[in-house]
Amino acid sequence: MMLLETVPTLAVVWYMLIVVLWLGFFFLEGFDFGVGMLLPILGHTEKKRRVLINTIGPVWDGNEVWLLTAGGAMFAAFPGWYASLFSALYLPLLLMLVGLILRGVAFEYRAKRPESQWRAMLDWFAIVGSFLPTLVLGVGFANFVIGLPNDGLLFNGTFFGLFSPYALLGGVMLLALFLTHGATFITLKTSGPVHDNARKLVATVGWAAVALMAGFVVIQNIFWPAASAFGDFTVFAWIAAILAVVALAGSVVMTGRGREGWGFILGGLSIVALFSGIFLRMYGNLGFAQDGGVAVTDHLNIITAASSPTTLTIMTWAAVIFVPIVIAYQAWSYWVFRKRISTKNIPDEVEAVA
Amino acid sequence: MDPVTLGRWQFGITTVYHFLFVPITIAMAMMVAVLQTIWYKTGHARYLQLTKFFGKLLLINFALGVVTGIVQEFQFGMNWSEYSRFVGDVFGAPLALEALLAFFLESTFLGLWIFGWHRLPKLLHLMTIWMVAIGTMLSAVFILAANSWMQNPVGTTFNNGRAELAGIQGFIDVLLNPVFLVTFPHVITAAYMVAGGLMAGVCGWWLMKLRREGTAERDPETVAAHRFGAKMGAWVLIVASVLTIVSGDLQGRVMTHVQPMKMAAAEGLFDTETNAGMRLFVIGDLDATKELFAIKVPGLLTLISGEETVQGVNDLREQYAADGFLRNDGSRTQIQEEYASELAENYPGVDPAPNVPVSFWTFRLMIGLGMLGTVLGALMLWVIRKDKLPPTGKFWDRAWTPIMFALPLLPLFAISFGWIFTEMGRQPWIVAGVMPTAAGVSSSVSAMSVLISMIVYTLVYGVLAVIEVGLFLLYVKKGLPEDTDVELDDHTDEDAPMSFAY
Repeated sequence: MMLLETVPTLAVVWYMLIVVLWLGFFFLEGFDFGVGMLLPILGHTEKKRRVLINTIGPVWDGNEVWLLTAGGAMFAAFPGWYASLFSALYLPLLLMLVGLILRGVAFEYRAKRPESQWRAMLDWFAIVGSFLPTLVLGVGFANFVIGLPNDGLLFNGTFFGLFSPYALLGGVMLLALFLTHGATFITLKTSGPVHDNARKLVATVGWAAVALMAGFVVIQNIFWPAASAFGDFTVFAWIAAILAVVALAGSVVMTGRGREGWGFILGGLSIVALFSGIFLRMYGNLGFAQDGGVAVTDHLNIITAASSPTTLTIMTWAAVIFVPIVIAYQAWSYWVFRKRISTKNIPDEVEAVA
Repeated sequence: MDPVTLGRWQFGITTVYHFLFVPITIAMAMMVAVLQTIWYKTGHARYLQLTKFFGKLLLINFALGVVTGIVQEFQFGMNWSEYSRFVGDVFGAPLALEALLAFFLESTFLGLWIFGWHRLPKLLHLMTIWMVAIGTMLSAVFILAANSWMQNPVGTTFNNGRAELAGIQGFIDVLLNPVFLVTFPHVITAAYMVAGGLMAGVCGWWLMKLRREGTAERDPETVAAHRFGAKMGAWVLIVASVLTIVSGDLQGRVMTHVQPMKMAAAEGLFDTETNAGMRLFVIGDLDATKELFAIKVPGLLTLISGEETVQGVNDLREQYAADGFLRNDGSRTQIQEEYASELAENYPGVDPAPNVPVSFWTFRLMIGLGMLGTVLGALMLWVIRKDKLPPTGKFWDRAWTPIMFALPLLPLFAISFGWIFTEMGRQPWIVAGVMPTAAGVSSSVSAMSVLISMIVYTLVYGVLAVIEVGLFLLYVKKGLPEDTDVELDDHTDEDAPMSFAY
């Protein structure tokens, strides 16, 4: 607990803001990734696939910006963290970027030509492009729980060292979680056969996600409790873990009962709780393993990685003004496109109007 | 190859590729907003058709601009992590602000615009495309402020072993950097040259097609729409060209002041000259230290640089060896001053000169291609003046389509060469006069990893280029959309098909 007081307030504020950006990203893009991966599972006909794509069509790009802003905020507020982390995960991030590139063109380009081969190719872009980032993020955050090996400043592990059993559990867990989140979102946004199949899927994949998540958070909190030289958050991390699992179970139950709004909100809450627990574990050490024998000021952490008070002050003002504005207009766009859709709503004329 | 060379090649490839899409996004978003505004005001279907036609081309282009932009943001940390660590306090803020202020605005409102034709009232829907246009502009503000700082690191102090903002005033200085103030208009107006050339080229190609197919008489409305587009595009191209030249001239003066070596390299000026001539063509010796042959316009360099005496590469090299990095008048920015002794100690033997032939020729290609594009735009305006259609005859039949392609491509490639010049001319510095490029690379990333990523990016980008260009040409050929119905969807029937869906 002794170091908590010595971390500059602005650094704590910015750690929390970056957590908020990541949570926003996982909550929103989580269902986008899920919908992308569900294309081959729930979209057996062309019109069904188009129903799925149109549930996220107007919003997915804005959701992805949460990731870009999280990355930019890490660069601005904790250059040391951004530098060490992004160079450490060079090849995994490359995989994620390839996924994001493929997915980024998939939806817009798919609608632009009617040929089934063209659409099949771009469906694969969307599927692979949703799968790869989810897997990389799951494996990545599991490694942050463990703590990336380093020499005090730079990563000194290996690429294959990132794929420990626990990290693979993290990858599979996040895949199941986003599949469930995506399917729940689809039950909320569609009607007809797509909706019914999505609900059935939640009842199976959802329970698998609950089990995987329970395993993940229990192992996390037993082997890598959220306690470090920067503070002891063990109790809070356990609460977050339990909340995540209970909320996800509640989401599956509620979705099964046709209470889809509750199902979606509880699923989102589960994601928020899961990653809150992970970020509690990462507090101070930023996901890097720390050698207890080395003075705190001598290795990479929330204090040494932070920007100057000047920069953090300027950025705080920008965030205080603009984050609420962004949330407001994104919320508005969800409201504009709130209507449920079914295959009956999909026009035969496939040619894009604009 | 070593990691630095590979990293630079990768950054060059991904950045030049990214910036093929950026100018069209920035300027075409605004031009589509203007077209939609004209439609909103006049209610004439022609402008709605043009809005939707160029809107589609904008979207096809926009998607690739976005995905290649993601790579850019990650690349600083992945490949240039020591640079990021050293400069993040100053350089990170504009990037974060770009995401927060610009990316959210662009992406959210673009979704609303694409899907909102039948869901939002007309005025509100018009506002969404304006938000997109403003977002793309804001994006340029932040990224160019960041780049300008690398050329002329103002507002910065050397503290805690890194570059830090020199107080709130430092941040203001970064945003008022003289390099930024001239670079922003130069890049923006150059972007309008491309988008103007694109609109002129597409509509001009259509005018010829209508004439050849003999449908021009039967379909005067389509002709009128394309004529409007062709004229609007050509005028945008020409006006933007004039502004690009003016801002480029101002930029040359600022550059001579803050990076005299870059100007010397751009001009292939090896030895300091008073009342310096501008070289149109130079042959130097192999190690680029001596001029063997040159065609000169007397006094022109002094005119464009705004300096009576223009320093040459060799003299600047000697000066660097003696005094370290100095700007043209012998001054330094705060961090250049504060970091000078560390620089001399940590990185002795830095050759302060960039690659002279590359700087020299990219500079000329930028100017030459841009000017040629402008001339073609003026030619086009002349041949379709009043109510004329594109001229017939053997020459025009053959030349018209290549000219229409050249209208956007010449300024587009001019921009590519402009960026290659700006960035190659900054070498050996990643931050002018402070940090050598080699010092900025990620020390924990192996050359093999960089090679793998470079191959992957090149392959993926290559495939995407084929897909994008194919789709773009397909939609150019489809022509103006017939469907000009924009009534709001009636939501009383839950099962009614949507008027628009992916």
